[in-house]
Amino acid sequence: MAGRFRRTLATVRSTGAVPRWLLYIGGATVLVFTLVALAAPLIAPYDFDQYRSDGTRFPKLGHPSGDHPFGTTVQSLDVLSRVIWGARTALEVVVLAVVFSLIIGVALGLISGFVGGWLDRVLVLLMDALFAFPYLLLAIVLSFLLSDAIGSGVVTTALAITVVYVPQYFRVVRGSTMSARELPYVEAARVIGAKPRTIIVRYLLANVVQSVPVVATLNAGDAILTLAGLGFLGYGIQPTEAAEWGYDLQRAVSDANAGIWWTALYPGLAITVLVVALTILGEGLNEVLNPTLRRRRAFAFLLPGRSASTQAPVLAAKEPR
Amino acid sequence: MSTLVEVSKLSVHFTLRGGALSRLTGRGSAVVRAVDGVDLTLRRGEVLGLVGESGSGKTTLGRALLGLVPATAGSIRFDGTELAGLPERRIRPLRRRMQMVFQDPHAALNPAMDLGTAIGHPLKIHKLTSGEAETRTRVLEALELVGLAPAERYYSAYPSDLSGGQKQRAVLARAAILDPSLIVADEPVSMLDMSVRARTIELMASLRDRLDLTYVYITHDLATAKLFCDRIAIMYLGRIVEIGSVASIFEQPRHPYTKALLKAVPVPDPSRSAPRDLPRGEIPDASRPPAGCAFHPRCPVAFEPCGWTGRDLRAHLEDRWTRLGASAYEQESRVFADFPDLEFSPVGDVVVAPGRLHTASDVLTVLNDARADAPDDPLWRGVTSMSVRDGKVVVGFASPVEPRLLPSPGGSGHVACHLHHPS
Amino acid sequence: MTVLDVRGLRVWYGSSRGPVRAVDGVDLAIGAGEVVGLVGESGSGKSTLGKGLLGLLPDGAQMDGDVTLRGEPVDARELRRRRGSEVGLVFQEPMTRLDPLMRISEHFTELLKVHDPGVSKAQREKRALAALRDVGIPPSRYQQYPHEFSGGMRQRIMVALTLVLRPALVIADEPTTALDVLVEGQILAMLSELRVTYQMALLLITHDLGVVAETCDRVAVMYAGRIVEQGDVRTVFRDPSHPYTRELLRSTISLATSELHSIGGAPPDLVDPPSGCRFHPRCPDVMPICSSQDPLTSRLADGRRVECWLRGSRVDAR
Repeated sequence: MAGRFRRTLATVRSTGAVPRWLLYIGGATVLVFTLVALAAPLIAPYDFDQYRSDGTRFPKLGHPSGDHPFGTTVQSLDVLSRVIWGARTALEVVVLAVVFSLIIGVALGLISGFVGGWLDRVLVLLMDALFAFPYLLLAIVLSFLLSDAIGSGVVTTALAITVVYVPQYFRVVRGSTMSARELPYVEAARVIGAKPRTIIVRYLLANVVQSVPVVATLNAGDAILTLAGLGFLGYGIQPTEAAEWGYDLQRAVSDANAGIWWTALYPGLAITVLVVALTILGEGLNEVLNPTLRRRRAFAFLLPGRSASTQAPVLAAKEPR
Repeated sequence: MSTLVEVSKLSVHFTLRGGALSRLTGRGSAVVRAVDGVDLTLRRGEVLGLVGESGSGKTTLGRALLGLVPATAGSIRFDGTELAGLPERRIRPLRRRMQMVFQDPHAALNPAMDLGTAIGHPLKIHKLTSGEAETRTRVLEALELVGLAPAERYYSAYPSDLSGGQKQRAVLARAAILDPSLIVADEPVSMLDMSVRARTIELMASLRDRLDLTYVYITHDLATAKLFCDRIAIMYLGRIVEIGSVASIFEQPRHPYTKALLKAVPVPDPSRSAPRDLPRGEIPDASRPPAGCAFHPRCPVAFEPCGWTGRDLRAHLEDRWTRLGASAYEQESRVFADFPDLEFSPVGDVVVAPGRLHTASDVLTVLNDARADAPDDPLWRGVTSMSVRDGKVVVGFASPVEPRLLPSPGGSGHVACHLHHPS
Repeated sequence: MTVLDVRGLRVWYGSSRGPVRAVDGVDLAIGAGEVVGLVGESGSGKSTLGKGLLGLLPDGAQMDGDVTLRGEPVDARELRRRRGSEVGLVFQEPMTRLDPLMRISEHFTELLKVHDPGVSKAQREKRALAALRDVGIPPSRYQQYPHEFSGGMRQRIMVALTLVLRPALVIADEPTTALDVLVEGQILAMLSELRVTYQMALLLITHDLGVVAETCDRVAVMYAGRIVEQGDVRTVFRDPSHPYTRELLRSTISLATSELHSIGGAPPDLVDPPSGCRFHPRCPDVMPICSSQDPLTSRLADGRRVECWLRGSRVDAR
């Protein structure tokens, strides 16, 4: 009994459990949102811009009810469907933005860190300038310019968000490239005659991208907020193109004064839950993947009693503490 | 024996970007003379040891031989091809013939690559095989060659699966697979455990016989150098101070530095007590080398021409105060106006100003006391005069002469020391 | 006078594969003014032993056994509490222990303020300068910053910072490994002198048998978490009793070496060490009993303690 109790205590004490559970909870929540987004056409009761069914218009600002579990908006849109389709939009934008910024940021970071010199200085200056810019303002300006050039939509918004996050990957990758560049195995690659491109791709890439998943996850959460911010301000995806939580929130602002809570609650909740889930997933990944932050995980064990045979006879056995 | 590498007047300097502070104080950016005018001939098939303390420039010299750091001046001819000034693009094909082994086996292999890929990569880069199958066969042969057997098992192993000794074998396999002429081995055993050092040296020796290799063996450890090398060059602050066959270095060391190194090597024999009379101090900053012979501040037998300047006087007085204690320091240091500035005094006579409330004769008294307390200190051999002029003390030093690496009298090697070549 | 007495000390720490038996039943005693060399290869547990005695174990490590310091029984917490004042430490990398933004004088002031709060400023400075003088640092450099010193001088400063508190026991873990051979010689000579003037017990952890021979009075040879042989340095080096000691001495390359020798095999995995004597898979003198039963500790006539079945006939209390 006592042994079992002690073992349980030891497990609770072990620090490794916290990041593990962060990882599980964050990962599961993100997975649920992803599944919802992927299956939106199947599970959403209505289309994102559908305001009538079988020839009858949905009620305006209807209370949550059997037909509309989350109620309806001032435009007679079904809130549940808006939230579900909104998850799809969020997923599309965030995946595109993260992939774009990751590819560009990692590539530039590798080149900048490895080549150094004036190229490095120019890139660092550029990235620092981007980084110093208020991110929402930057996204607004870019989405403004881009929608003039290529029209608005999911891709445009994703591109606008991409530029905001490139500097983060750049910084992380450039930093680890600069320290890895001095390691003997990179010099060894030079010694065996490898060209700079080979060194970057075969010797540096795999060793400097370890912290990228963490940055990507944390950025994804941040990107959701930027997307919602753009939508809220009306510079994001237009209501005719897709459902978007930020836009819905903006429309719901005036409802709140009239005591109509459901139009704001559900999209707001969706944003909050997804952002928190992505953040704790990122923190969990950070603890697990990042060797500099990872505390040595304490593996619980019991020091067995000293057996007489391993000791000289003179030394008395002693109970373990 | 024919010559494989001919190095002449090679210098490798690095510029340290001075910080804001050093620019303000007017000392500007410092130039580190890591290698400073080295002449060296590497004969085909020999093992040449480059021995010295950290900061002696031995690693930089080894890396310059492979074109890994650009030469500031001088020439490196590798089998007839001039490497100095050659762009990286033109050196790359030559890398097939010259390889390197690194000090830290744990960092010399890409942790994300299995051994098969890592050792086969040189073949791919230089397009030396006709296909995957041939590469694989060659890699397995190389693994066998360095004793990583069964080779099949090590082929798919990752560096993290290996011990330090095994990693160093893998590094040797990667170097040997190209069938190079020259391997520069930079402290290849210093990070390995005692029980595997011998095995690694034996492996390097057997590779030399089987592949007709020439080695440059960089080390601070005279004991392994004695066993592995044919000739040894002792380096100090970017220069070779003595070079000769293993027999001449170990049996008839000429340079005081070589002698000191030999005395300092710890010997696992408790009946021999620890040497007490080792040279004082440490290897100086290569951005501000001492005048004359760089070793003179530490040399027990230094004399007039060795390069005495104001900073030696400063070091001597600091030594004195360490011995006498804090109260003597309090009293005597007050006599000087700018004691720490002695460090930056140029070659030639040094003018020492007295401190507030003190006169030149007080300064002279302290200097004379210091001389009386340690009359045999080599510094005083270099001091030619101490006199009062215009209320200040002028300390005259014998003019420094730089020793040159010349044939040892009555020996087979070369040595750079005024004791052996009075000018 | 015995300063440190360790009996049956074990330090295990957890890993994903199970507990690592880094130190697994070690007996060791050090007297005042005595230098004991603890030698072993990497992974032998010698550094873990030193960390255990300093109370510097990582999370999840467990320690048990009887440790007495100047006659008082102490546990890991008590050792941690006495670190600095009674148990001093000198590490391989002095720069990691010195704060680059603090003058040497400030390092001493901080330290003495914490450990001796009642001492006056003048008294503090006097003690600091005396300690620096003992390690050969000129008083003119008392107000300088760590980066203004060379590697050897930083290590001297570290020693002075340790000695200024007059610890009874100093644990030095590879104190000269990062230094050049001439500086190493200087520091070792200095340590030899200081242990006499300060009457401290010094545990010198090193992989270099040459360092042990030149500096230590007694030597303890560690292999796979156990001390396999300990005794007077001269006796052990002249006539090693344990096959591992003998093989280690033979494989050490020194200026006197004319023929290379190495020990076959590799050190064992301490999660699952070999049964019986842990050296038996690599031992040239292995006997059938070695793999089945743990060797007994025997005390030889010359005072040495050896753990080997070759000497196992004389079991004896210490």
